[in-house]
Amino acid sequence: MIHWVIFVVFGAISVAGAINLLAQRHPINSALSLIAVLASLAVEYLLLGAEFVAAVQVIVYAGAIMVLFVFTIMLLNAGEEERTRGSRVAIMFGIPGMLAGSVLIAWILLRYSGTSSVGIGPLLGSPSLIAPLLFHDFLLPFEVTSVLILIAIMGAVVLASREPAPPPGPRGER
Amino acid sequence: MVPLPYYLVLSGILFACGVTGFLIKRNIITIFMSIELMLNGVNLSFVAFAAHWHALSGHVFVFFVMVVAAAEAAVGLAIIIAVYRTRETLNVDQVNLLKL
Repeated sequence: MIHWVIFVVFGAISVAGAINLLAQRHPINSALSLIAVLASLAVEYLLLGAEFVAAVQVIVYAGAIMVLFVFTIMLLNAGEEERTRGSRVAIMFGIPGMLAGSVLIAWILLRYSGTSSVGIGPLLGSPSLIAPLLFHDFLLPFEVTSVLILIAIMGAVVLASREPAPPPGPRGER
Repeated sequence: MVPLPYYLVLSGILFACGVTGFLIKRNIITIFMSIELMLNGVNLSFVAFAAHWHALSGHVFVFFVMVVAAAEAAVGLAIIIAVYRTRETLNVDQVNLLKL
């Protein structure tokens, strides 16, 4: 019973945050509601026994990545978005289409899946159980991710760095 | 005990909200946040299936998805900063040329 209560409450918070993300015009409000979605998803992970994933969700996603987003929004002084003709067309066709799609997916899932259920057992994904997988079975992908992170850092530095001052000449007035 | 399909429906709703945001938003940063929302919807279904089958590989996959999302956020926000420097706008309707 308590599982149901926690699932429904935090599922409702995450869906409300996701819809609020769409409804808000200012990106900083969208970012804050995305943080609410991420935090309530961490509770859902904990409900599913994924201890490690819940911790990483809070630390990496709600912490590091969202700080990066908020920092960029403040750096670029992003204001409210203006509505254009293209966005009105997208709203007109996008929202009914996605509603129909999600209702279809929900109907199929609820209709054709059995009565299997998921609940809190013993905490399934404790760090001591994840570690052998991560450092033994998935060692190569794990090491490759470190190379990926390194390349991403270098790419970010190169992309965000200012261009050197253009040489005097025909492009000098830029 | 919550049945598995309910978790999958929740993850589907979050994914649909992400797709909708990707389609209807015009601010490039908000579009980027919608992509993060889609990734989170998929992560939830990974964890739900891992709990259902008692297989921990799902958790490791969520970890990898988070790593890729972090790398993507770093590079993507750098690209957004570069775009803003040259165009002075964040509206994707006005960013329609590859080269100025």
